[in-house]
Amino acid sequence: MSEIENMQDNVLLSIKDLRTWFELKRWGFLHAGSVRAVDGVSFDVKVGQAVTIVGESGSGKTTLLRTILGLARPTAGEITFNGRRIEGQKAHDLAWVRSQVGFVQQDPYGALAPFMNAGTILREPLIINKMGTDEQEHRVREVMDEVRLIPVEDFLSKFPHMLSGGQQQRLVIARAVILRPKLVVADEPVSMLDASVRVEILELMRKIQATHSLSVLYITHDLSSVRYFSERVFVMYAAKMVEKTEVNEVVHNPLHPYTQALLKAIPDPDPENADKFRDVPPGEPPNLINPPTGCHFHPRCTHKIKGLCDVEEPPEFEPSPGHFVECWLYK
Amino acid sequence: MRQEPKTVSGSSRGLRATQGAVLDVENLYLYFGATTGVVRAVDRVSFKLNHGRSLAIVGESGCGKTSLARAILRLLPRNVDTYKGRVLVDGNDVMKFSEERFRREVRWVKISMVTQAAMNSLNPVLKVGYQVAEPLLLDHRVGKGDAMERAREVFQTVGIPEAFLQRYAFELSGGMRQRAIIAMALVANPLIVILDEPTSALDTLTQANIMNALKKIKKDLRLTYIFITHDIATSSELADEVICMYAGQLVEHSKAERFYREPLHPYARMLMASVPTLRLDKKPEFISGQPPSLINPPQGCRFAERCPRRFERCQEEPPLFTHGDGLVKCWLYERD
Repeated sequence: MSEIENMQDNVLLSIKDLRTWFELKRWGFLHAGSVRAVDGVSFDVKVGQAVTIVGESGSGKTTLLRTILGLARPTAGEITFNGRRIEGQKAHDLAWVRSQVGFVQQDPYGALAPFMNAGTILREPLIINKMGTDEQEHRVREVMDEVRLIPVEDFLSKFPHMLSGGQQQRLVIARAVILRPKLVVADEPVSMLDASVRVEILELMRKIQATHSLSVLYITHDLSSVRYFSERVFVMYAAKMVEKTEVNEVVHNPLHPYTQALLKAIPDPDPENADKFRDVPPGEPPNLINPPTGCHFHPRCTHKIKGLCDVEEPPEFEPSPGHFVECWLYK
Repeated sequence: MRQEPKTVSGSSRGLRATQGAVLDVENLYLYFGATTGVVRAVDRVSFKLNHGRSLAIVGESGCGKTSLARAILRLLPRNVDTYKGRVLVDGNDVMKFSEERFRREVRWVKISMVTQAAMNSLNPVLKVGYQVAEPLLLDHRVGKGDAMERAREVFQTVGIPEAFLQRYAFELSGGMRQRAIIAMALVANPLIVILDEPTSALDTLTQANIMNALKKIKKDLRLTYIFITHDIATSSELADEVICMYAGQLVEHSKAERFYREPLHPYARMLMASVPTLRLDKKPEFISGQPPSLINPPQGCRFAERCPRRFERCQEEPPLFTHGDGLVKCWLYERD
């Protein structure tokens, strides 16, 4: 029923029924409730595979990523990385994972220390992982060449503010891959960049991914920009993963009513848009402290089945091979 | 020209509707003084906009889109170096107005603006309804009762339930706060509304809902929009015509039908090709290189360095050529 069964073929990262709840402030001994930021999410990322998690802000995608990186504690569930369980471990025990997982932040300028130059920034992870000085130099140059920060000599001594947005993001990518990780997690890697630079950065990541058979986990709210740079798409809505499928399937054959609405809401440049109203559901995503019973999308859904969708949470169905959807319509 | 309470309401719009250009910008310059030199943020921009049309201004960050809007509305920072040109609003040269007259007669009365991420700048300790009515109250143009009545009216226009007049900003969702900001821009019944990235901080579905609301408002009120965005796909939701800016200059001004299908300027073409699409199976391409510094821009065409179609002529600065019904700042169109 789930992708977890494909464990044997090269699964690098496997998430099983993951829940990350943040407890609200207690009133004495009274438990006031929890924000259910991630609520029962399962998926796999295979070796060398690029996967996109799409969702709106507040859908739990960043919390999911932080949980995977060990920056938030999961309430329940399993995270298996490279065959070993890593959930809820102490920072000390996670050191080996952190050398295997690179992180590309959303805002490149905010992610780079303003008082360190490019060379120092790139050397930092190597020093932490106790690499010899000669090898450090070699690796720094190699990786800068790889992200096209060339001529390397010119860029080594530059501080982040001297770089353009695109160059800053290249530096962040260089830092993420300098330890030759198995997985790179990218939180909206191009949302702060201009359209003309976005594609360049995504192509660069695609190239690095292919060269090192890296797995990449993109998190984004903009499906159209990562569509050419990943194979699988997972759609999140209100802490749940509502649909998991191939990129082309999600674009041409979306199954979950939320995914369908999301696709309808994304415009393509077309002068005819100005005369048309978009057919999107009104309302806002639910409060995650008291999520609606049953399917989290049912209050906004036009296809809801009374007495089912508002009562019982839909399990995962697989209407066609490899296409998973949490919706009662596909029972 | 004080506004009477009655003329504030939306129904009087027909009387104020004028023929021809509602906004005529001629050779507008806005330079900033920085420690390293003079930043030419808006460098000789001219355009005309007819009543009831919506104009999208697109371009990459730092190309001067927001500075242009601020120059039109005279919302300037302290480090202005040069600010000159002609801005005709409804036939009056507002650049000649004193600051006080501009504030009373133009800003918010004729042209209002929804600034970037404004939804986060609502006052947390004032009720939203009062904040929306505030532009009317400030100059004592309108009494409190009438102002609140008008606020109720614009709340209806933008699609916020009336009960929200009495709420505080934190009680509203992001989409509702953005609608309140739009209501604030509409409250004095302006001729022109400048929307600076009105939806870029919002979620996809909320963004689509807000765009629907803006389209409806435009149809109902016959407003003139200036829509500033770096998101080309979203800009097509509202545009009748498009201005593309590059390095402080206007490089193309075309009708939407042309711009989104086959733009004229090589930069506009490459920019369009870099836009990822959801439905077309066309892989986006990127423009290599970076825009020039606005402190020392190149002598000739500012895009020449990155342009695949450059030739000797590009060392000189091209004027705006007319091509069909569009204007383009490129030597390739010299013959026409």
